[in-house]
Amino acid sequence: MAHEHKLEIFRGLWKFKSNTQKIWGVLAFLTFVTAVEVVLGIYKPEMFMGKVLGMKALNWIFIILTIVKAYYITWDFMHMRDEVKALRRMVIWTAVFLICYLVFILLQEGGYIEGVYSNGFVKRDF
Amino acid sequence: MNTTVATTGTEGKTWGGGNDPLKASYGKMMMWFFIVSDALTFSAFLAAYGFSRFKFIESWPIADEVFTHVPFFHGNYPMIYVAFMTFILIMSSVTMVLAVDAGHHLNKKKVTWYMFLTVIGGVIFVGSQAWEWNTFIKGEYGAIQTNGGNILQFGEYKTVEGEQKFERVAIADFAKASHTERTQHESKSGLWFVSEGTLPEYSIDEVYKGLVANENILIRNQIINEHGHKTVLSREESLKQLKSDGKAVIHGANLKVNEYGSPLFADFFFFITGFHGFHVLSGVVLNIIVFFNVIIGTYERRKSYEMVEKVGLYWHFVDLVWVFVFTFFYLV
Repeated sequence: MAHEHKLEIFRGLWKFKSNTQKIWGVLAFLTFVTAVEVVLGIYKPEMFMGKVLGMKALNWIFIILTIVKAYYITWDFMHMRDEVKALRRMVIWTAVFLICYLVFILLQEGGYIEGVYSNGFVKRDF
Repeated sequence: MNTTVATTGTEGKTWGGGNDPLKASYGKMMMWFFIVSDALTFSAFLAAYGFSRFKFIESWPIADEVFTHVPFFHGNYPMIYVAFMTFILIMSSVTMVLAVDAGHHLNKKKVTWYMFLTVIGGVIFVGSQAWEWNTFIKGEYGAIQTNGGNILQFGEYKTVEGEQKFERVAIADFAKASHTERTQHESKSGLWFVSEGTLPEYSIDEVYKGLVANENILIRNQIINEHGHKTVLSREESLKQLKSDGKAVIHGANLKVNEYGSPLFADFFFFITGFHGFHVLSGVVLNIIVFFNVIIGTYERRKSYEMVEKVGLYWHFVDLVWVFVFTFFYLV
């Protein structure tokens, strides 16, 4: 059974000879990203503590790194890279659109309720 | 009779049937669609967590102060254990994808080994999670719950390497145990249809006496100050708050109280990691079934190891979800 795999990641920057090699390469990358996250999480460098778009820069870094990891897990471990475009879009776009919508709407509401609490309409400090 | 559907004139054309435009088998495609719907379930949970967190953004527990334990080691090691768990799960994802790859080459021996390693990885992960739950439920220092449902924790300033640092003190270390009249109600000694949970080790009064006797101990409340730390109260304020607001002494976390802060944090932690752990568990069961099917040669006879691939998709998905849980519970 011949299964074709695309044997390059980072848009062709890193090429592999076999699928097995690619798997180990992706593992190395994922481990590296996780290690970066853990080190940042433990030391919390002062330079990333400023707020960007209402959230700490460090938190944005964590979320972006998470999405990077999710991309490589889906694309290389789940072989999304080798599926046809239609299947890929059906799965990814549906999920991404609905999740963005849900997250936006819930976080917006949560922030609003926080405002109601902290503006003194609800007493919590007793 | 040319008007019947027997011939439609579309044979061989795009909508004539017999096409598989997605180039994926039925089973694999259904697994993908299941994964999409499951991903939406998980993101709903995580978004609900985000909702509650935004609601109490000023007083949410700091994960680094909650998950600090590593088995067999004493001391304060935030992140280390959960990073290990993440690595185990990614590793078992790798052995799974190697099993799929070996399946493409119809290499039964290799598939067997890689499936075996995947199952082991899954079992280690679930075990670690059980340990994590156990530590969280047991708690460490204990705290006071106020009438308003807030948490008051205890600690003292210590000089570590020339720096003033606030270090937590366990209630058991300073509370003054005294003789009390109150005994736990048992059904044999009173109303048989009324039961009562275990009484806390200390009463508010005993904790208060202990606080009065130990002049260096201060109370820390849940409010996060501009440095990202919880606010530490002054000595007078500490005594006053405990006296006027203290309602119950709590130790550890469950669905109702949580010594680390908002009970919602514990609720979501149990619910989301529990739901994820349940996925891992069912993944392990599926992997074991596939493992034995590989051994008895089911797929060898079928000349296709696609079942390994389908279960593999599910297994990677579980890993994918964990990556997000890791970020939102432990990092952010």
